[in-house]
Amino acid sequence: MVRVLVGVKRVIDYAVKIRVKPDKMGVVTDGVKHSMNPFDEIAVEEAVRMKEKKVASEIIAVSCGPPQSQEVIRTALAMGVDKGIHVEVSGSEYETLQPIHVSKILAKIAQKENVDLIIVGKQAIDDDSNQTAQMTAAVLNWPQATFASKVEKGDKELTVTREVDGGLETIKCKIPAVISADLRLNEPRYATLPNIMKAKKKPITKMTPQDLGVDISPRIKILSVEDPPVRQAGVILPDVDSLVTKLKEGGHIP
Amino acid sequence: MLVNFKRVTTLVSFIRRCSTLSKSLPELTKDRYPNIKRGDYAELNQNHLDYFHGLLGQNRVLSDPSDCEMYNIDFIKGVRGYSQCVLKPQTTEEVSKILSFCNQHRLAVCPQGGNTGLVGGSVPVFDEIVLSTSLMNNIISIDNISGVVVCEAGCILESLDDVLREKGLMMPLDLGAKGSCNIGGNVSTNAGGLRLLRYGNLHGSVLGIEAVKANGDVIDCLSTLKKDNTGYHLKHLFIGSEGTLGIVTKVAVHGPSKPKSLNLALLGLHSFENILQTYERAKNDLSEILSSCEMMDERSLDVVTSHLKLKSPIGDFPFYMVVETSGSNEKHDEEKLNAFLEGVMSEGIVADGTVTNEPGKMRAIWDLRERITEGLLHDGYLFKYDISLPIKEFYSLVPKMKERLGSDASRVSGYGHIGDGNIHLNISVPEFSPDILKKVEPYVYELTSTYKGSISAEHGVGFRKPPYIHYSKSENAISLMKDLKKMMDPNGILNPYKVLPS
Ligand SMILES: Cc1cc2nc3c(=O)[nH]c(=O)nc-3n(C[C@H](O)[C@H](O)[C@H](O)COP(=O)(O)OP(=O)(O)OC[C@H]3O[C@@H](n4cnc5c(N)ncnc54)[C@H](O)[C@@H]3O)c2cc1C
Ligand SMILES: Cc1cc2nc3c(=O)[nH]c(=O)nc-3n(C[C@H](O)[C@H](O)[C@H](O)COP(=O)(O)OP(=O)(O)OC[C@H]3O[C@@H](n4cnc5c(N)ncnc54)[C@H](O)[C@@H]3O)c2cc1C
Repeated sequence: MVRVLVGVKRVIDYAVKIRVKPDKMGVVTDGVKHSMNPFDEIAVEEAVRMKEKKVASEIIAVSCGPPQSQEVIRTALAMGVDKGIHVEVSGSEYETLQPIHVSKILAKIAQKENVDLIIVGKQAIDDDSNQTAQMTAAVLNWPQATFASKVEKGDKELTVTREVDGGLETIKCKIPAVISADLRLNEPRYATLPNIMKAKKKPITKMTPQDLGVDISPRIKILSVEDPPVRQAGVILPDVDSLVTKLKEGGHIP
Repeated sequence: MLVNFKRVTTLVSFIRRCSTLSKSLPELTKDRYPNIKRGDYAELNQNHLDYFHGLLGQNRVLSDPSDCEMYNIDFIKGVRGYSQCVLKPQTTEEVSKILSFCNQHRLAVCPQGGNTGLVGGSVPVFDEIVLSTSLMNNIISIDNISGVVVCEAGCILESLDDVLREKGLMMPLDLGAKGSCNIGGNVSTNAGGLRLLRYGNLHGSVLGIEAVKANGDVIDCLSTLKKDNTGYHLKHLFIGSEGTLGIVTKVAVHGPSKPKSLNLALLGLHSFENILQTYERAKNDLSEILSSCEMMDERSLDVVTSHLKLKSPIGDFPFYMVVETSGSNEKHDEEKLNAFLEGVMSEGIVADGTVTNEPGKMRAIWDLRERITEGLLHDGYLFKYDISLPIKEFYSLVPKMKERLGSDASRVSGYGHIGDGNIHLNISVPEFSPDILKKVEPYVYELTSTYKGSISAEHGVGFRKPPYIHYSKSENAISLMKDLKKMMDPNGILNPYKVLPS
């Protein structure tokens, strides 16, 4: 049986309309509903299914971020994760926290906790980096199986189906390994009430990047954050004649 | 291969919504209900059309049969008129001119909003002219402090709600048809919906109405005041009168503040008794943050899981509840909700469930409840009943009807607003049959009457229930209604064959 580490990031809920801050240095997060990154939910689900199939022995969820990140750890615990680790990073440090930092943190924890498998979402829907799995594998010098849509554990290896451009690729890799979860890997469960209650008693350990000896000094500087260009509002025209007139006015037809 | 999560989920829901049924047309109402005779109204001729063209232009008068078709058929495809004229006024003045003309020429008129009505009230029975408010969709004003929104009757409920939410406000009503129904239609049916429990009905939240009488007179009661006790409260005549006393052209509604904290629980329960216990607990434990309390039986949930392929996040139970809280403080609400949930779980009143405050998950849970109406259409023909009952008797009609119909019905299901004592009883049959109709009606109304319930809780009387209104209203009350109708619409041109028995 394997020990599994999953990464869970707290992001602005996918159903919420994103607003850029007036100073254009970031997006508004205050009073905005946050949830677990949807791809991380898929990662958690996969780990929990492994445990249910008695393939995994223990699942640890890690979240790097401000104190509220504990909410998504709680969600992971309610879904069936055994224990949580909250690596506290807040304020301006969190704004410049990048996959290079997170991957080192995950790698350190993986070693400390003796894990065999790391599963993370293929990307976080807030900054869309798609790098954490790859970098973590590099830091640990482990094989990587990214964009997984199916994972099967053999004796000492994994068979992973990957979603690549134009189709599916099936690969084998040795354990320990890093997997990144794609959208179709599974459909995450909702935490049930009894499990939500049980999750309240599961442990969450708090630590800092410094405790792990990871330097999180910024590698980038944010110059500006811009809204995507606004699409012009459409108009509903009463009939074909006025449509033709409009199209002519706009020079779209001769 | 970076698939954007947001895009994928929107696409999925888009495809889902496009997969509506394409079925053959329902039988014409005049053929299915041969007992109902066309009133002594004029028939549409070229002179009438010329007048309408002069008033509205060519484009806001539809007279091509294929253009008129969707205005002739109701949402549940149960009735079909054969109107050859749909008018789309943009102003109160145009409505007034249309009605005054129709009144003079004895042309019958059927007012129509979003055409989501469930009692056949929104479509013509014969060839009545359809007056659609769909182009009267301007928001006139929003007062951020009082929360009052003034708008035209054709505004779509969801669009109003979206605009109000940008300003920290919301519409006081919400229903499954919100993407199509109009505020004018909501007012005219006194629509209830999912949050009546919290915000009360439209007789309370509608502050003012502008309406046009059958003779074209404009009645301006468009007050935006919470309190206005000058004279008779005429606006109430238009709320719930289903287009029979006048056409609502403008509405002033009180919009409450948008909640800052929302939670939604889906619960599985073993018995109806457990639902009652849970509702009572929810009222006491959640009190002022309880904003919705809905129930559905397993056959109702099966409608959306089997026909619409939605997934239920919890196991199978005979009954389910959806409990929503809304408030202004996340910590406070969660603490209350958790205490409530822990209580009902530990006492075994609730068997299982899930709770979330994530918008995407809340939407998915609401879909299970809100899309039942739509999903039921896949069953075939529907006998739909919308009944108020004393809370203890809330579910009693479902097993009774099931037993009575046996194998005649492919499904007898019940769901609805437990907090308001309003159940939607649905009897699905493969196709309409007069024999089954006779087994169902008037029995279902008699039963309702013996329990002292109402045969129409929120959908109205429309075309379907006038003969049965006496099960819920006394003779003198009906006679006063008739007097009012005669006084306000002496030629009976407004939505004939609806609401009042002949
Ligand atoms: C100290 C004080 C404080 C007040 N505060 C308020 C306040 O905060 N808000 C407020 O709205 N009012 C207030 N009022 C006014 C008054 O109390 C209310 O209007 C109250 O509703 C009147 O009730 P009543 O039984 O005294 O009616 P009455 O004074 O007896 O009658 C009032 C009207 O109703 C009619 N009427 C009475 N009973 C019937 C019936 N059964 N059927 C048909 N018609 C009937 C009468 O003919 C009359 O026109 C206040 C009055 C006082 C003296
Ligand atoms: C999926 C679904 C869920 C629903 N859920 C609920 C619910 O929870 N609660 C509830 O109460 N109803 C519900 N309904 C029923 C329906 O949506 C409501 O009755 C709604 O208020 C009708 O609005 P509409 O604009 O579609 O009106 P229409 O269907 O167009 O018309 C309804 C009636 O009002 C009249 N009318 C419309 N506009 C005007 C006007 N401007 N002036 C005068 N008369 C007018 C029509 O002649 C007709 O008699 C549901 C319907 C569907 C399809």
